[in-house]
Amino acid sequence: NSFTIHSFFTFLDTTIMAVEFEGGVVIGADSRTTTGAYIANRVTDKLTPIHERIFCCRSGSAADTQAIADAVTYQLGFHSIELDEAPLVQTAASLFREMCYRYREELMAGIIVAGWDPRRGGQVYTVPVGGMMTRQPVSVGGSGSSYIYGYVDSNYRAGMSKEECLKFTAEALTLAMERDGSSGGVVRLAVISEQGVERQVILGNQLPKFSTV
Amino acid sequence: MASVSVCQYRPGGFSFENCKRNALLEADINKLGFSSPAARKTGTTICGVVYKDGVVLGADTRATEGMVVADKNCSKIHYISPNIYCCGAGTAADTEMTTQIISSNLELHSLSTGRLPRVTTANRMLKQMLFRYQGYIGAALVLGGVDCNGPHLYSIYPHGSTDKLPYVTMGSGSLAAMAVFEDRYRPNMEEEEAKRLVRDAIAAGIFNDLGSGSNIDLCVITKGNVDYLRPHDMANKKGVRTGSYRYKHGTTGVLTKAVTPLNLEVVEESVQTMDTS
Repeated sequence: NSFTIHSFFTFLDTTIMAVEFEGGVVIGADSRTTTGAYIANRVTDKLTPIHERIFCCRSGSAADTQAIADAVTYQLGFHSIELDEAPLVQTAASLFREMCYRYREELMAGIIVAGWDPRRGGQVYTVPVGGMMTRQPVSVGGSGSSYIYGYVDSNYRAGMSKEECLKFTAEALTLAMERDGSSGGVVRLAVISEQGVERQVILGNQLPKFSTV
Repeated sequence: MASVSVCQYRPGGFSFENCKRNALLEADINKLGFSSPAARKTGTTICGVVYKDGVVLGADTRATEGMVVADKNCSKIHYISPNIYCCGAGTAADTEMTTQIISSNLELHSLSTGRLPRVTTANRMLKQMLFRYQGYIGAALVLGGVDCNGPHLYSIYPHGSTDKLPYVTMGSGSLAAMAVFEDRYRPNMEEEEAKRLVRDAIAAGIFNDLGSGSNIDLCVITKGNVDYLRPHDMANKKGVRTGSYRYKHGTTGVLTKAVTPLNLEVVEESVQTMDTS
């Protein structure tokens, strides 16, 4: 039976994560986009820059999250020029929340907004499906997040260093990708701090190994 | 909690379980005078690849209307701008009109900026229009071109999401074509190798997907030059009949001949002139 791919939505059913540390945030995501059971893009970049030091992690409908991110990027850029200074992470999160809540019936978008601003340092805000907005020191999202709540709750400590946060995020994402069929590919990580943004990719064969039965 | 179920391991390859049953059914059906149902065909194979000097776009040429091939040689690679072309899969009317609208808007934009249009601009315009229509415009596109920032290739889905990648496939034959790409794609290929790769990917779609068929069209875009190769490869040429089925005059003997004239009466005659000036 041949099936038309266009009758499916493209989804970022995924695993995304963000962690605050002293001086910035670490964000991470898997790289799989699916249409039904087919992987439309196995190297997706779900960590989207909204401003110089503010990123968002996208999960849910690919079309919806791309459109929302483009709109917020425009609004935040305009706002930043008006203010003539770097925008606050909370402002970016508020813009996401406004859009996601106003159009909650039409949209399917789970977004984590994370970045660094001079006033409050590194911050992570989560805007899940429905349009709530709340600040959390560590946040996970997407279909794969269900599998790692236990791991995250037991392994997170306040006051971790940048390297510890990177290791923590990479391991959590690996565990989720291992168990969730909708997550996979490579692990994309980014560190946002006063110095700027450092991005890295961990390929499939370089992922941390856990013992599996 | 999800229940754990034991997965039955099935050996790979074709499953011949139903062949005996189908043969019996077909014999029975033919006795009653019916024929077994034919396969339903839908779809397309389109793909694109970025190589050393630019992009190569490829498409098959079959257009289907339900269970019938409506057009054996339709053109699926649409013009967007002198340096940007777009392959379209999905509803033919939607892909045709969408690409024409964006081509027109892009030309006006290009005149306004005074610059050659960029592929990312075409991508933005297409994705914003398709998102506005929430997927009701059934256009799945492969957009490729070369601009001041080099060669670019995008895949655009009917709901408005896009992916920027070095190689993409779309349409019902996309899985067959992607299999070829995943096997043989390398970055920075030469032009001949890239054309061969795209040709083989489309051929995989044509021969393994019921919805794709006929010929292979290619479009090679480089900086300052476009080669629109239509057809690049006639993969399905119609065979030449080896024998003649015409019968000589007198093959069938005429036994009797009866002529019946039909008496028709002209009742009314009126002439309407049409103003064709």
